[in-house]
Amino acid sequence: MDINDLRGLSTLMLMIAFIGVCIWAWSRKRRKSFEEARHLPFADEEMNRRTQQEEARKHD
Amino acid sequence: MSELNAALEHPTYNYKVVRQFAIMTVVWGIVGMLVGVWIAAQLAFPALNFDLPWTSFGRLRPLHTNAVIFAFGGSALFATSYYVVQRTCQTRLISDKLAAFTFWGWQLVIVAAAITLPLGMTSSKEYAELEWPIDLLITVVWVSYAIVFFGTIVKRKVNHIYVANWFYGGFIVTVAVLHLLNSAALPVDLTKSYSAYAGTVDAMVQWWYGHNAVGFFLTAGFLGMMYYFVPKQAERPVYSYRLSIVHFWALIAVYIWAGPHHLHYTALPDWAQSLGMVMSIILLAPSWGGMINGIMTLSGAWHKLRTDPILRFLVVSLSFYGMSTFEGPMMSIKTVNALSHYTDWTIGHVHSGALGWVAMISIGSIYHLIPVLFAKERMYSISLINTHFWMSTIGTVLYIASMWVNGILQGLMWRAYNEDGTLTYTFVESVAASYPGYLVRLAGGAIFFAGMLIMAYNVYMTARRDDTASQTAPAASAA
Repeated sequence: MDINDLRGLSTLMLMIAFIGVCIWAWSRKRRKSFEEARHLPFADEEMNRRTQQEEARKHD
Repeated sequence: MSELNAALEHPTYNYKVVRQFAIMTVVWGIVGMLVGVWIAAQLAFPALNFDLPWTSFGRLRPLHTNAVIFAFGGSALFATSYYVVQRTCQTRLISDKLAAFTFWGWQLVIVAAAITLPLGMTSSKEYAELEWPIDLLITVVWVSYAIVFFGTIVKRKVNHIYVANWFYGGFIVTVAVLHLLNSAALPVDLTKSYSAYAGTVDAMVQWWYGHNAVGFFLTAGFLGMMYYFVPKQAERPVYSYRLSIVHFWALIAVYIWAGPHHLHYTALPDWAQSLGMVMSIILLAPSWGGMINGIMTLSGAWHKLRTDPILRFLVVSLSFYGMSTFEGPMMSIKTVNALSHYTDWTIGHVHSGALGWVAMISIGSIYHLIPVLFAKERMYSISLINTHFWMSTIGTVLYIASMWVNGILQGLMWRAYNEDGTLTYTFVESVAASYPGYLVRLAGGAIFFAGMLIMAYNVYMTARRDDTASQTAPAASAA
């Protein structure tokens, strides 16, 4: 067992990490929270409108 | 006091700093691309260096690359990241003052670069030419940027950190590490320093930096842009949120190893070259995963491409991204690289990414942003956006096609030898043969540049304060 075994094993460890991320991402448990996150770009129109109105008010 | 309470109960976003960076994106885009057109013209007509040291190709070329990457691309990244992090965290930037400091600090870096590079002050590290006092300023600005960005994420009002912020965050952290390690130097005086590394190690550190400047500054950051502005402009959520998570981790895990492909057939140990090649080829998978995720976001909404030139900018930028991330792994294969290395093919590949991907997704995002930031319904002229889109596309295609032809021509001429082992062509013969390609490249670059002028006009006309806007604003607040 020397440093080169570890280097070889790193390929295996990376592969396990990759499969781990995939399993994590596709697990049923996270479906709902990902669905929420997916819609985040569309969830803040009110604050955007308020910012625009506030800026217009300051300019007038 | 009531003002303060109102601000706490009804928080608003900081659009001022986003506006500043968005405007400067257009300004620096014009400046940087003008220098690019100039040096492209110098390669066709060398007299255009005016026989002056300050305007010679060797000094203007780093000015061009720094201006387009860090001034144009950097401003686009600052603008969009500050905008996206606020809107997807539903909270204002953690500090308006620190955000303003990053704006003025970054502009100061750019001005310092524009002065020192033509004067010939350079550390001679590609894409990191700026001398050590400017490097220190960059470090201070970048740390402030990280505080503003991550501080805003910490005080977010929503549970999730939207995937675009992961890409922006990865970009900010990695660029900090790259900049600090690659710019480590021993100053001899105010304007001259020597790298902390020597020989092959210096080359490897430089290209570890150089390729990750591509991977994180020019890719991860702009993918953050993609994950917000493509869904927003298409009015559809991203195709697969799960794929975006795998995309993020796979991309950042692999990109960091690809640097050695810049040093094929050099003094770099062979195993390191092969590692760089293998990692570069693997990189195709996460790159295309991300591209597919972006393009498929339009599924069911393809018809919007017919009417919306902003969406066209965004989607065509993804097509160029897919093309250049196929070309890159191919060119990193050592046998292909033996033909392509040191030729114009490399320049063509870079611009397929830089014009087609980075510039076009930035332009599309800025067109999306400007009306929001100036509280207008839409851009002043949609048809001018369409004109700009076609100029950008045609300009990019002319640029990269001419460089493919030149690159393969040069590679074949340089490697041709006679039966007795002597070279068939002298170097200068390959330069003469490249002349038509240089003209076509100049035309392509000039068309792309002219498109930026149209954009500037369109942005100016949209941003201009007119009476109709101030009349509709109170009506909207009353409603």
